[in-house]
Amino acid sequence: MTTLDELSVGQQARVLAVNGDDAIAIRLMEMGLTEGEEISLIGTAPFGDPLEFQVRGYRLSLRLREAARVSVQQIDG
Amino acid sequence: MSTTESVPAIRSLQIAIIGNPNTGKSTLFNALAGLQSQVGNYPGVTVEKKIGRVKWNGRPIQLIDLPGTYSLSPRTKDEMVSVDVLLGKQPDIGGLDAVICIVDASNLERNLYLLSQILDLRLPTILVLNMCDVASERGTKIDVGLLQQRLGIPVITTEAHRRKGLDELRTAVQAVHEQSTQDQPRPFPAEFYTACESVRNQLREWGEEEIPEYIVERLILDVGGHVENYFAHRHRDGLPALLASLREELSEANCKIPMVEARVRYAWARELLEGAIEQEPREKVTGSDRLDRILTNRVSGILIFALLMLLVFQSIYSWAGPFMDAIEVAQGWLVGVVEGWLAPGAFRSLLTDGVIAGVGGVIIFLPQIVFLFLFIALMEDCGYMARAAFLMDRLMSCVGLSGKSFVPLMSSFACAIPGVMATRVIENRKDRMVTILVAPLMSCSARVPVYVLLIGAFIPSVVYWDWNIGFWSWQFGLQALVLFGMSSVGALVAIPVAWLLKKTFFRGETPPFVMELPAYKWPSPRIVLSRVYDRARAFVTRAGTLIFATTIVIWAAAYFPGDHSRLYPLQVEISRLESQLESTSSEIAALQPTTESVDGNAGNSTSEPNSGAETQLVTLQQQQEQVEAELQKATAEYNSINSELLEGSFLGRAGHLIAPIVKPLGWDWKIGVGALASFPAREVIIATLGTIYSLGADVDEESEGLKGAIQESRWPDGTVVYNVPVALSIMVFFALCAQCAATLMVIKRETNSWFWPAFTFCYMTTLAYCGAFVTYRVGMMF
Repeated sequence: MTTLDELSVGQQARVLAVNGDDAIAIRLMEMGLTEGEEISLIGTAPFGDPLEFQVRGYRLSLRLREAARVSVQQIDG
Repeated sequence: MSTTESVPAIRSLQIAIIGNPNTGKSTLFNALAGLQSQVGNYPGVTVEKKIGRVKWNGRPIQLIDLPGTYSLSPRTKDEMVSVDVLLGKQPDIGGLDAVICIVDASNLERNLYLLSQILDLRLPTILVLNMCDVASERGTKIDVGLLQQRLGIPVITTEAHRRKGLDELRTAVQAVHEQSTQDQPRPFPAEFYTACESVRNQLREWGEEEIPEYIVERLILDVGGHVENYFAHRHRDGLPALLASLREELSEANCKIPMVEARVRYAWARELLEGAIEQEPREKVTGSDRLDRILTNRVSGILIFALLMLLVFQSIYSWAGPFMDAIEVAQGWLVGVVEGWLAPGAFRSLLTDGVIAGVGGVIIFLPQIVFLFLFIALMEDCGYMARAAFLMDRLMSCVGLSGKSFVPLMSSFACAIPGVMATRVIENRKDRMVTILVAPLMSCSARVPVYVLLIGAFIPSVVYWDWNIGFWSWQFGLQALVLFGMSSVGALVAIPVAWLLKKTFFRGETPPFVMELPAYKWPSPRIVLSRVYDRARAFVTRAGTLIFATTIVIWAAAYFPGDHSRLYPLQVEISRLESQLESTSSEIAALQPTTESVDGNAGNSTSEPNSGAETQLVTLQQQQEQVEAELQKATAEYNSINSELLEGSFLGRAGHLIAPIVKPLGWDWKIGVGALASFPAREVIIATLGTIYSLGADVDEESEGLKGAIQESRWPDGTVVYNVPVALSIMVFFALCAQCAATLMVIKRETNSWFWPAFTFCYMTTLAYCGAFVTYRVGMMF
């Protein structure tokens, strides 16, 4: 188990939970980060932050701080 | 709400349009409403209100364009506006008959989240699948019939930018308000609806009027949201405890708040799409992805971004130049026409210096606005804008802003007006406000004339580097260094100002930078052009009138009181002498070629000139010199009376009044008047100084006369007014001040409040004053 900001580029993972119940957590869930969803890290911005993910068939940009709020399970292969 | 059902032929249908960002919602709205929509603000918030009135089959329809959003879970007053409109609780809109929910067909699952919330409103609803062309290009097949059957609402496919599917949508809209809303889905577990019922009953007991079901849902679901805050404030002693215990119960029933909403709605969306959508196996890496790798790469991404920004900057800084010059020429021509038409007097001055100058002062900004929004619309529509924000986010987050503030701020280096208008891309209100408030600090092109005049007159031209490569030579010296310094001082000051604003007025948790990066596509010319037209029209109609009014007020302050009748004979005399001079010159010109051709025929023998023509030419030349001398005398007298009149005007008196205030900056009253008169626009100071120093108002920053006059200007005790510290202090003042009525009026329009332009003016003027003071004092030590 790890968090989204710990993924390396190209890695896939499955969402376990979004931690907290504040505006950021709600926003992340609204954007489709719900339990069991597959998500992968596509790339990072030039300074390493923010990150670009693929989830539910679209591209989503998150800052490291926000990505750290999402617990995921890495998918091997 | 629908109280006028008895006269259905007259009552107009109220239809709201809502959708995620990047779904083509505005394009659909423009396609349906035409270009005649009304743009305004909802009272008390910064949310734009866009309304289109049309008639379909004789039935009047009012279309309301709601801001693009990913969800309807209001956390702020601004976000609450959309919910209020949809529930018919926005007083200036009234009850709704139906809602059109537009979704991106190529990204259905995430888009259906919003639809699921809309259906909870229990309003007649139409689902519009837009961008079906993009979806089928990406190998997505959608069974529209099955979707319609499962949803029980009309589902229309459109390609809004090609005007496809609009007739079907119009037909559906006219029929939809009779649609029953009883069978709409109830996706939450039963426990949730039981909880809603008990909250509702409790609120009723506490004397609340009937509360819409959707509001009750939001009250339970949005922890710390706008609805909870609103009701918690009204029922301080009962509600928080009730909500806490209900949420606890729901959590035990596997209905954990707030997680349950996303889980339930996304599950609903997936179930709905199951079997209704067929996806051809996609390549793992699409073309859009490959392009993205290049455009967001550490090296190529930054390089391409920098080149693009240079291009945008170049376009507003120089390409707009010829158009602005043409506007000025047209303005000058119009002034000439009016002057030829009317005798000198207050009315003529009002027309030429007030009305024409005022209108010119508005449309002069149009070329820059059009160029900037052309680029912004292109970048937005092809999907690059989101990447620009992605690239610049780390940098901008240093001052507490997000990547979305970068393009508006950078554009402000050319002109703050399009820059402030471009802040609309920033959804977060606090970020947008801070960006608007610091944008006028960026050194715009209107400050350049002030710098050029003062640098040319007072900064010695010392050259540090001199490069000559072939035909190309480049010099870098003290003057260039000062110009560079003056252009950067605003941006440097903006960093602590933005940081401070973020710590004071706009404090709060850092807003999330959760942003969709849409797939790249070719921009549609129609979308781009209509967006440019929208912005330009909004500027002229909303800010234009205010800018115009300011120009008139300043004109009146500089004109009254004062007896301008002494000028009239001089004005008549000057135009008489000018036309005389013109006719004499043309007579001379007519004579000269003859003499030359005679010379030519005579070959080398110049001893026998045409003596008749020669004598005539000499007489004419003497006449010309005499007229020139008279004209000079008349002009000098005219300029000196004008200078006196300005000194005696309200503006001049105000200049004398503030003389003690600007004394610590090393300024005399003349500079004070210049600063006051340049309130509508900084560059006006050049013309004002021209008038004060009796040189006439048509001087420019390169004028040797004006440079000479300010170098010679003296205090009553004989010491020179301007020295290097004074020149620097004026430049610093103009670098930091808010001397631009147009910017302030645009801020008023964008923030929908008079407080923020007033605030901007005060903080910038204070900064400018302190900056100028420190510059002068430090400068005097050397």
